Amino acid sequence: MNIGIIVFPGTWSDRDCEFALSSFKNVKTFFIWHKESIPKNIDAVILPGGFSYGDHLRAGAIAQFSLVMKDVFQLNQKGSPIIGICNGFQILCEAGILPGALIRNKNLKFNCSFVNLKYKKSKKFTSSIPKNKILKIPISHGEGNYQADKNTLNMLKENDQIAFQYCSESGVINDDANPNGSVNNIAGIYNKNGNVLGMMPHPERSCSIDLGSEDGNLIFKSMIKSF
Amino acid sequence: MIDKKLLKEIALSESEYLNICELLNREPSSLELGLFGALWSEHCGYKHTKLLLKELPNESARVLSEMGKENAGVLDIGNGMKIVMKVESHNHPSAIEPKEGAATGVGGIVRDIFAMGAYPIAILNSLRFGPQDIPRNKYLLNGVVEGISTYGNCLGIPDVGGEIEFEECYTTNPLVNAMCVGIIDDKSPILNARADKAGDLAILVGADTGRDGIHGASGLASQSLEEGSDSRSAVQVGNPFLEKVLLESCLISAKMEGIIGMQDLGAAGLTSSVIEVAEKSDLGIELNLDKVHLKENAMTPYEIMLSESQERMLIIIDSKNEQKFLKFFNDRDLKANTIGKFNRSKNVKIKYKGDEILNTPVKILTNAPAYELSDKKPKWISEVQKYIPSKNNISDMNKILESLLKSPNISSKKEIYSQFDHQVQLNTIVLPGEADAAVLRLKKGNQAISISIDCDSKKCYLDPEVGASMAVAESCRNIVCTGARPIGLTDGLNLGNPEKMDVQYQITKTIEGLKKACLEFGIPIISGNVSLYNESNQKPIFPTPIIGAIGHIDDYSKTVTASFKSVGDKVIIIGEGQINEDENLLSGSEYQKIFENQLSGSPHIDLNKEFNLQNSLIEIIDNKLINSAHDVSTGGISIAIAESCILGNVGSNILLDGDNKKSIYFGENRSAIIVSCHPRKSGEVIKIANKHNVDSKEIGVVTKNELIINKDIRIKVERLMSIFYNQSD
Repeated sequence: MNIGIIVFPGTWSDRDCEFALSSFKNVKTFFIWHKESIPKNIDAVILPGGFSYGDHLRAGAIAQFSLVMKDVFQLNQKGSPIIGICNGFQILCEAGILPGALIRNKNLKFNCSFVNLKYKKSKKFTSSIPKNKILKIPISHGEGNYQADKNTLNMLKENDQIAFQYCSESGVINDDANPNGSVNNIAGIYNKNGNVLGMMPHPERSCSIDLGSEDGNLIFKSMIKSF
Repeated sequence: MIDKKLLKEIALSESEYLNICELLNREPSSLELGLFGALWSEHCGYKHTKLLLKELPNESARVLSEMGKENAGVLDIGNGMKIVMKVESHNHPSAIEPKEGAATGVGGIVRDIFAMGAYPIAILNSLRFGPQDIPRNKYLLNGVVEGISTYGNCLGIPDVGGEIEFEECYTTNPLVNAMCVGIIDDKSPILNARADKAGDLAILVGADTGRDGIHGASGLASQSLEEGSDSRSAVQVGNPFLEKVLLESCLISAKMEGIIGMQDLGAAGLTSSVIEVAEKSDLGIELNLDKVHLKENAMTPYEIMLSESQERMLIIIDSKNEQKFLKFFNDRDLKANTIGKFNRSKNVKIKYKGDEILNTPVKILTNAPAYELSDKKPKWISEVQKYIPSKNNISDMNKILESLLKSPNISSKKEIYSQFDHQVQLNTIVLPGEADAAVLRLKKGNQAISISIDCDSKKCYLDPEVGASMAVAESCRNIVCTGARPIGLTDGLNLGNPEKMDVQYQITKTIEGLKKACLEFGIPIISGNVSLYNESNQKPIFPTPIIGAIGHIDDYSKTVTASFKSVGDKVIIIGEGQINEDENLLSGSEYQKIFENQLSGSPHIDLNKEFNLQNSLIEIIDNKLINSAHDVSTGGISIAIAESCILGNVGSNILLDGDNKKSIYFGENRSAIIVSCHPRKSGEVIKIANKHNVDSKEIGVVTKNELIINKDIRIKVERLMSIFYNQSD
């Protein structure tokens, strides 16, 4: 599987994603600079975390107009897997590929810490996650407060598009477990078609037990297996 | 004679002005005077410290850089890898405009590291503020934390650790020191801040040059802050996004054919950057100011030369490659222009609108005077060194322990470090708060490095020499507690106005204390920074020699953290645990400050004992004998044990001998480490300690959920955690 990692000016988890994916056999990763187009042999793309264009205007607001995004739209139409992590999630929302918006954390402060996540099954991104598993993955953001209007939220619920929700260690979804004020503790969502995942937590940061958790690998593994 | 007001603006004395006239054999032009003001400032010229700093040990088999000659120090860590590190202060800018002051402090130190061709892998902070019940101090803390967070997080460099203290003396003059560590892998060369030969070119890359930060080095950093003065125009405003693009691009250019050197533009902007490169290269340079890209038209040559606009780098290349480099930077949306050419003349020539407006010998410009300082002990220091015995009769040790745990100097700093991205780059294997130092793996093989930054300023107030030695000891001890062997130091010296006699004594003794400890430990100081004129209400701050230490770990699977791990483990004190009951142990302690409302006495450290202690612990950890290590520092033995309980969410049952309970439980002046190990291993631990001539003693056992010390202290761990993390009552 060939995975493209998009690099905007200001992106910083590009190399982390490459490192995390390097442990998978049969996976090749390619950095794609924002001024380039996506080569035809790319099967899936990751929009990594960082501060693309310095998050000027709003997080992700400028990156959506990059040249490379035309190809991201096309890959989406083809149904190729796309993961937006942190800033990548913000870009996908700004670009309209995913619904809703990410605003400043409720307490207006950046937050870097491990969180616990409850997941919702999907064909492409969760097949390798054991049933009822609570995932331990870090967040690192100042604008991760997911918000959407009522209709959108209803749609997300009805279509099982709420991918991840912040929860306690034992899996209880409540305000105490919500690190940023997201509506319904939403940490990540799928698009309607199920080929796009946007999430604020960083799966690439939980790719080895040395770093405190390997749970992020389960998401990458699922995507690679489903292909 | 020259206007005194003008001299004050650029922080030159009248005698220095006369000295300049004599060296030039004429009066300087106003542009020249600006250049002298910057280059002869305390900040750039180290006038009051350079004679003393020369005395510091700065060599070892691992050191690859020459002290003071490069942007940062370099250490060889084997396998072809090199570590680059430095600490720098941004105190006065942060006092005036905390967010931008702290942000640009981070930006500046990061540029120092990548100017050497090293990829920055870690940032650490050392911060000092006044008490938080004063609104201005709270504003300063929040602003500084926001500035570090906004700037550092955007760069994708993890902020892995730091330390913070709150004392009255830092009111309105906070200290904001940032340390950065970078790595050079085997294939890349170390870049120097110099040109090779006449004909080499200087390319200015990055931000436009504007009117921001003029007189930052001279006016702001080299004088005391004045009450009510508005120096905001001397504080620069940072653009972390541009810094990130600059960082990535410069590091690619560092591997391109034709690169010769790199130098960042920091204090005193183009002036210090260009002229220092010329000096180190023993060459002259001709600068064309019309080529400098500007933020606004109509800037004068004086403003262009002294602007401290951020996110600018000077790239020195062989002239054959000019077009290639310019195109490379332009393709990455960075402005780049060739602004100067090195020559054999040994003069700085500046051209502006076709005219030559300056032609001055480099040697004179960089020949800042060096002053000898008084080492006469001020009376007030002799006075405070007389120990005032404890007067209070509080006998409830639970209450004392809880109050100490709640003190901002001891309680958890999670609220602060959770605002810093500490995991990006996937190397942080010991997270902030988990151990006495941060540990980063190096991905290649099993090597790791451990990094700490530390200083106990209350001890430095009572005895600047002993306090400075303690700062070295403590910073090294912190990394030793993770299993690392210390290999190099960087020092950030923060002190008061060097024109005052008592501060001169403090500076002299501080450097003496550093030297003593470095010689005893056989460890070099490979880079550093000096910040003087730090005063609050006309009184100098406590001497604050901040020591950043780096240690090497061969196999990071052996790394140890501070938390007690398993119920049933034995608790052992290694070091000066044969409890010395001397009340002097409380000198300069947190207990003394909070419960006696004073600081007095003579802090003490036996450097030889300390060194043996550290060596014994390195061997103990290397043999995988212990499950936790935490050093005895602020708050004393009882706090060290309480913290290991809190971090492990377990209790412990401890017996300590002796009658003078306060000095046993809360005394700080001892070289000791609390470790825990499986009961079967405790014999071996004690054996290795003996081998190194270090005392050690089993003092208790890890239990389920209550901290018990003798019959005096009994507190549930749940309660300790809630006090430590939430400062709750």
